[in-house]
Amino acid sequence: MEILMSVLAGVLFMAGTYLVLAKSLIRIVLGTAVLGHGALLLLLTMGGLKTGAPPILGIESTAYTDPLPQALILTAIVINFGVLGFFLVLAYRSYQELGTDDMEQLRGTEDE
Amino acid sequence: MKTNDVILQTIASVAAFIILAFAAYLFFAGHHEPGGGFIGGLVIASALVLLYIAFDMETVEKGIPVDYKILTGIGIGLSLLTGVGAMVLGYPFLSHTYEYVDFPFFGEIELATSLLFEAGVSLAVVGAILTIILSISEDV
Amino acid sequence: MSWLHIFILFPLLAAVIIPILFKKIPRVHTGWFVLVVPLAVFIYLLTFLPMVAGGETAMYSLPWIPRFDIHYSLYVDGLGLVFGLIISGIGALVVLYSIYYLSKHREALHNFYVYLMMFLTAMLGVVFSDNMIVLYLFWELTSISSFLLIAYWYARRQSRYGAQKAMLITIFGGFAMLAAIIMLSIMGETFSLQALMAQSDQLVQHELFLPAMILILIGAFTKSVQFPFHIWLPDAMEAPTPISAYLHSATMVKAGIYLVARFTPFFGGAMEWFWIVTGVGLLTLLWGSLLAVKQRDLKALLAFSTISQLGFIMSLLGMGSAALYYGGGDEAHLHSMAILAAVFHLVNHATFKGSLFMVVGIVDHETGTRDLRKLGGLMSIMPISFTLALIGSLSMAGLPPFNGFLSKELFFTGALNAAELDIFRMETYGALIPIVAWTASIFTFVYSIVLVFKTFFGKYQPERLEKEAHEAPWGMLISPLILTVLVVVIFFVPNVLAHYVLEPMMASILPPLAGEFDIHIEAWHGFEPELFMTIGVVVLGAILYATLRKWIVLYNNMPRALSITNAYNSGLKGMESISRKVTDWHMTGFSRDYLRYILVIFVVITGASLFLLDGFSIDTANAANINGFEIILSLVLVGSTAMVVITRSRLTAVIGVGVLGYIVALFFVVLRAPDLALTQLAIETVTVALFLVCFYHLPRLREKEEGDGINVFNLIIAGAVGLLVTLISLSANGHRLFPAISDFYEDAYELAGAGNMVNAILADFRAIDTLLEIFVLCIAGLAAYALIKLRLARREQDENQ
Repeated sequence: MEILMSVLAGVLFMAGTYLVLAKSLIRIVLGTAVLGHGALLLLLTMGGLKTGAPPILGIESTAYTDPLPQALILTAIVINFGVLGFFLVLAYRSYQELGTDDMEQLRGTEDE
Repeated sequence: MKTNDVILQTIASVAAFIILAFAAYLFFAGHHEPGGGFIGGLVIASALVLLYIAFDMETVEKGIPVDYKILTGIGIGLSLLTGVGAMVLGYPFLSHTYEYVDFPFFGEIELATSLLFEAGVSLAVVGAILTIILSISEDV
Repeated sequence: MSWLHIFILFPLLAAVIIPILFKKIPRVHTGWFVLVVPLAVFIYLLTFLPMVAGGETAMYSLPWIPRFDIHYSLYVDGLGLVFGLIISGIGALVVLYSIYYLSKHREALHNFYVYLMMFLTAMLGVVFSDNMIVLYLFWELTSISSFLLIAYWYARRQSRYGAQKAMLITIFGGFAMLAAIIMLSIMGETFSLQALMAQSDQLVQHELFLPAMILILIGAFTKSVQFPFHIWLPDAMEAPTPISAYLHSATMVKAGIYLVARFTPFFGGAMEWFWIVTGVGLLTLLWGSLLAVKQRDLKALLAFSTISQLGFIMSLLGMGSAALYYGGGDEAHLHSMAILAAVFHLVNHATFKGSLFMVVGIVDHETGTRDLRKLGGLMSIMPISFTLALIGSLSMAGLPPFNGFLSKELFFTGALNAAELDIFRMETYGALIPIVAWTASIFTFVYSIVLVFKTFFGKYQPERLEKEAHEAPWGMLISPLILTVLVVVIFFVPNVLAHYVLEPMMASILPPLAGEFDIHIEAWHGFEPELFMTIGVVVLGAILYATLRKWIVLYNNMPRALSITNAYNSGLKGMESISRKVTDWHMTGFSRDYLRYILVIFVVITGASLFLLDGFSIDTANAANINGFEIILSLVLVGSTAMVVITRSRLTAVIGVGVLGYIVALFFVVLRAPDLALTQLAIETVTVALFLVCFYHLPRLREKEEGDGINVFNLIIAGAVGLLVTLISLSANGHRLFPAISDFYEDAYELAGAGNMVNAILADFRAIDTLLEIFVLCIAGLAAYALIKLRLARREQDENQ
């Protein structure tokens, strides 16, 4: 299972990286979303999988799954959303303002 | 967003209340069962988004006259204050405590200060999400 | 916290209210308020004088960053105190002078006095600090305030150039000094100067002794304009004249002298120290005096004269360090005369050069020019200024009855003594010292005469002056007058000065001889070689001045290309163009390229360190089992990911990301993370809504979204990143070196009264993380709001127009 999850995280990272390097702003935004999901899976896998019951003390069990990565991931999910929302608005606005979503044309000037 | 879909509106208003009730359940369950401030806030936000999609903006604003930016601020302020409260009482910032209180009629209920903190988190989440979505929606 | 701590910071604190005073009370010249500050410091410092004259010292410490052995500790001894008195005393005179020099209507006085007060604190900090890091801090602060003051008239190109030059050179020296300080702290395991001095005997053999010495000297030489770092001083003359008189003649440029004197007990006695300090000092002395003669600008002449005089003092400190080689006895006392000459001339130079600068400022102020070719015949028009200039110049030239004569005689004594040395391989080169000293004195005499004669004698040319010349107001004359009176008084009562000021200073520089000095400075000491040398200087100098026209053309033969300023300019230009080329090469302006750099570096560094440290390992022993449901989930995940990447349709891509999110949520269910699953489901719903809202409003984009097809290079980078992440994830599972800290959280019920561990972590154990997280969310929300609303506001504005 760990190997499978590692590969899946790798696939998500690969797809996300490829999208982030694309020309189109929309694809970059989508890429950050994919990258975010990859990071969630990576964190979860690194913590060890299925090592016990869900981390709820109401459940009778001798071992529980590590709650710390889960708490981290919960934070990461919400931050992901914040970043994604901001990116989306940024892309939307820069398209409206500049009339293009092509990164090749969105370039800083010579002497900033 | 202007839509005029009677079926959607009817279902949405019913569904929104069910979702809100579920959100309340999740929020309070969070202490012992899966749930909590984040999830509660997110579910509330999705219910509100549903309402905004089903009805037009003016109608919802009439029904729920809330400025979500201020709501975010209130949420953060509430969470911060629970932390500061601990400091005032001489504990480290953001220390929490809990107590079992015997209420008439309800029976014994656990009251934890972290619940206040969670309430702040929920409000902040609802506020931030709706601020983002509504700013785009208003911009037509 | 002692009063001394407060008084050193007092100018900086006072600087806070200067701009308010300038704005609120425009009737009164701000300088009058500022004058209180240096005066108060001066009077306060005077109270230390009896104690220090009695041979005592004092240490006041205040912990600042104790963990790093950094303390705001102050040490009061003869050396520091006399410098402090010069700084605050001349500071008061300069502020008084500036009140009349700078117009309250036209000048930005608030800037001027704030910088000046900043400098005052910095300079006092330099001379009183015992902790070397604090000393360095104040040292750099003097460079910064000097930069700001030189660039005071920043609209002038020359001011900006001069300020930049001064800054670059002195900060370069400052860095060298910082390196030396770190070396010294490694050697002595302390940042305290006094603690370091105490162990100087053991540290002479240390391998860092010589590097530290050279770096300290670079710091001192850049600040004290020693050859070849002297080039910044003439350009620094773009500053207002009170600043030139104060920073660039009397105080800041002497910080290097102070540093050398301060470190003499530590480094003195070493051959390298003797030769470098003496040699560079003599070279600077000669070079400065030679170049001063050819200057046409009065301030430039004084600048080169300052360079020369600082070389004079520097070389004396070098010669006197021989006394520490002997450590005691008659030989040591003989060579301590050079130190006496150094500290004596330090005080004298502050008096006569300060007054000369102020007089030149008066001439500039009243005639509108400092060009020697335009000036002349001002003697009858400005008689008081003329008298002051004459006295100052003659003192500088080393003639009686002025204090410069006494220190110059002592200088000759010191040089002659040094020539007699039979240590440090002096047998070979020793004779050079008096010859160079004497030659330089001749040229010093010549430029001193040039200064007075070309300005005040000769023909008055009113048509070439910008203003009608007249005598300066009294307020402007007071400060140079006070200094000039000192010039004369010191000549007649040198031994009072010697007792109260010079002996304590010498005691700081030559601690082994402290308490044994028996100094009698006399104007007349018989027909000694020194007297003949002075007579020779006067006679030859007079001849050279008379024939000035004949030989001054020789200066024109100096190749410009070989000058040090030229080297500095072309070096600066070269560095600018090289750095521009390097920057242009990699800073393309495409965010895509920057992302590529980041990713490639991430892959290379992380991959290489994993590989080199043998970090890869796959441990499947504890791996969980896989069931069919999970395989199906995985396939759907990969499929939806592929869909997002391959599709050309935006809507499909959004749906693909949505599916991806829900699959991840299902994975959370399978992997026993119910909280995550719930959160992910809720947030995915909101995210899809957000995407749809956004695309609902977005106008149609171009038909072809990704025109360039598959980019192989990007694909390689993406593949490498993906592979590396997989390997990291696998290796993380193979390296469980420590027990998980999560066991702690299994007591959540007892600790936080919560049954849900994840929630307990979020709301209680790590609540501050959560708090900051909702801050981030709030910022993202507000930023999105601002991005949208900002434009709306502008659109409304456009519509209104």
